[in-house]
Amino acid sequence: MNRIETKFKELKKKKKTALIPFITAGDPDLKTTKALVLEMEKRGADIIELGIPFSDPIADGPTIQEADIRSLKHRTSLKDALDLVKELRKKTEVPLVLMTYYNLLYKYGIKRFVAQAKRSGVDGVIAADLPVEEASELKRYARKSNLNTIFLASPTSPSQRLKLIAKESRGFIYYVSLTGVTGAREELAKDLIFSLRRLKRLTNKPIAVGFGISKPEHIRKIRRYADGAVVGSAIVSVVEKNLKSKDLVKKVGDFVQRLAQSCY
Amino acid sequence: MLPNKKGYFGEFGGRFVPETLMSALEELEKAYSSAKKDKGFQKELKYYLSQYAGRPTPLYFAQKLTKKLGGARIYLKREDLCHTGAHKINNTLGQGLLTKRMGKKRVIAETGAGQHGVATAVAAALLGLECEIYMGTKDIRRQSLNVFRMKLLGSKVIPVKSGSRTLKDAINEALRDWVTNIRTTHYLLGSTVGPHPYPVMVRDFQSIIGKETREQILKQEDRLPDYLVACVGGGSNSLGLFHSFYRNKRVKFIGVEAAGRGIKTGKHSSPLLAGSIGILHGSESYLLQDKDGQIRETHSIAPGLDYPGVGPEHSFYKRSGRAKYVPVTDKEALKAFLLLAQTEGITPALESAHALAYVVKLAPKLSKNKVIIINLSGRGDKDVHIVAEALGVQL
Ligand SMILES: Cc1ncc(COP(=O)(O)O)c(C=O)c1O
Repeated sequence: MNRIETKFKELKKKKKTALIPFITAGDPDLKTTKALVLEMEKRGADIIELGIPFSDPIADGPTIQEADIRSLKHRTSLKDALDLVKELRKKTEVPLVLMTYYNLLYKYGIKRFVAQAKRSGVDGVIAADLPVEEASELKRYARKSNLNTIFLASPTSPSQRLKLIAKESRGFIYYVSLTGVTGAREELAKDLIFSLRRLKRLTNKPIAVGFGISKPEHIRKIRRYADGAVVGSAIVSVVEKNLKSKDLVKKVGDFVQRLAQSCY
Repeated sequence: MLPNKKGYFGEFGGRFVPETLMSALEELEKAYSSAKKDKGFQKELKYYLSQYAGRPTPLYFAQKLTKKLGGARIYLKREDLCHTGAHKINNTLGQGLLTKRMGKKRVIAETGAGQHGVATAVAAALLGLECEIYMGTKDIRRQSLNVFRMKLLGSKVIPVKSGSRTLKDAINEALRDWVTNIRTTHYLLGSTVGPHPYPVMVRDFQSIIGKETREQILKQEDRLPDYLVACVGGGSNSLGLFHSFYRNKRVKFIGVEAAGRGIKTGKHSSPLLAGSIGILHGSESYLLQDKDGQIRETHSIAPGLDYPGVGPEHSFYKRSGRAKYVPVTDKEALKAFLLLAQTEGITPALESAHALAYVVKLAPKLSKNKVIIINLSGRGDKDVHIVAEALGVQL
């Protein structure tokens, strides 16, 4: 078992929903990212997703696109993220997941990526544009190293695909709450609860819901039907709003704490 | 040449997209393969291609140009004479009919030069579909004439301000729209790029170009050509011309990439000549990227070629050696534009002028009994402003 699997076991016993904040690595710089990871853990984050910025993030809305641009201004790379995780592992055991687009992994070399990710202390990987059908190389290496491959499931996935996605996912299944790109939303998608129940019937693996989840009340609404909640754009906007503030890290921490309180 | 079941031409192609799009791509693949076999669909498409778009387009023997260059006999496949002024309409009519067949009422598209945007707007008006077109703000400025045409045709043009503000970013934004409106919308992609089945489907819709060319050249020369030359942006006009000659190994394929200010300057759009393999917009192919895998900015005087990627079938052709790829700079294209205007009275699109510019170099080296066919993929009206600016003329 790796850190993600252990974490979900532990939370299940406590009947707690996993809070999974997402931030873009290097937004606004790597030093801040490091501080943010440690602060978010302290404030109740159970698993943390680090986005690796890509020049063409087709699954992302404006908030994360802007974060990618801020981070790419100083050319944050996959290698930088791996080094950052290595640094973080001196201080924390919080499960860490890298989220990016497949070209960055491909260019780095899949075998080399998996080996170094494992060595650095990365627990899982998500590529937003990598459906299960195209993932054979990543899966092959990741399985050997016990690096979790997390696949996305969506409202447009028919049952057959959901089954396949559940089968190939390790650590958890990432359920995309809506048909659309990332970005904070006022309301949850109407069919979300129904869809989560359908997915639950097909798998025993933990399900985390993301895309659009942005407030404590959203988490409260999905708690009974999912094992975790990913909050991305809403957190990244706190970063964005406090770029010039000395309190950036604390402000993000405050928000994460409010989200965490809705997970019990 | 058919891709395998997963949409790979050799090692290139595939379907690298967010999960949300997967079922729509499967639906599209099924709808397309059933339409392909459906005589009624083919008949309707044929009707529109001939009665509406003006096919077949002529294969014109450019006598004056041939004489001027003093070598091989040069023919122009006149896609510039299609309705809307470029080959793009062959594909938009096909996908437009397919959209109706799938019961979808809205189409979206990306455009660089505006030619695909106009051709989509036309198909949408004709077939009664709602239509929104994404276009980078840099291209909106460069191709203002086409922007206004799209609006006149009842489409909405959505400016894209992200990234390099050109074709690549328009595709990103169109994909984001599609992820959001997947249930009601068909993404009418304009070239042989993107996830499977787009590369093969767009190629098939464009292959009418090569089918006609084959019959025409056999009639006019009683033989097959020695060279087929076409510009390569995403790859649709070139593959459309090449496809029917794939098995005739003596017919040489030449794809012309936009070398912008010169490959060495880094300001170009030549992924096959100067790129490396990666994944962009849903398929594995050659592309322009940096050492980290970030997509590089591109440059070409021809907006329709200003793109960092290329269709997977071209990557396969490069790898297998079936086609040869050559660079042509902005300056060379501009010179060829003027040459054709003044020798033959035809103003080509700047994209097509790239193919022509290579032939200006090639033809004199060949003997007079050789035959070259150039795909004149579009007409140059849209480019008059760019040409004026490059010549330092104020309009
Ligand atoms: C006239 C013309 N030719 C060529 C192209 C390049 O595209 P492709 O390589 O798909 O033919 C374009 C694209 O906009 C175009 O408008």
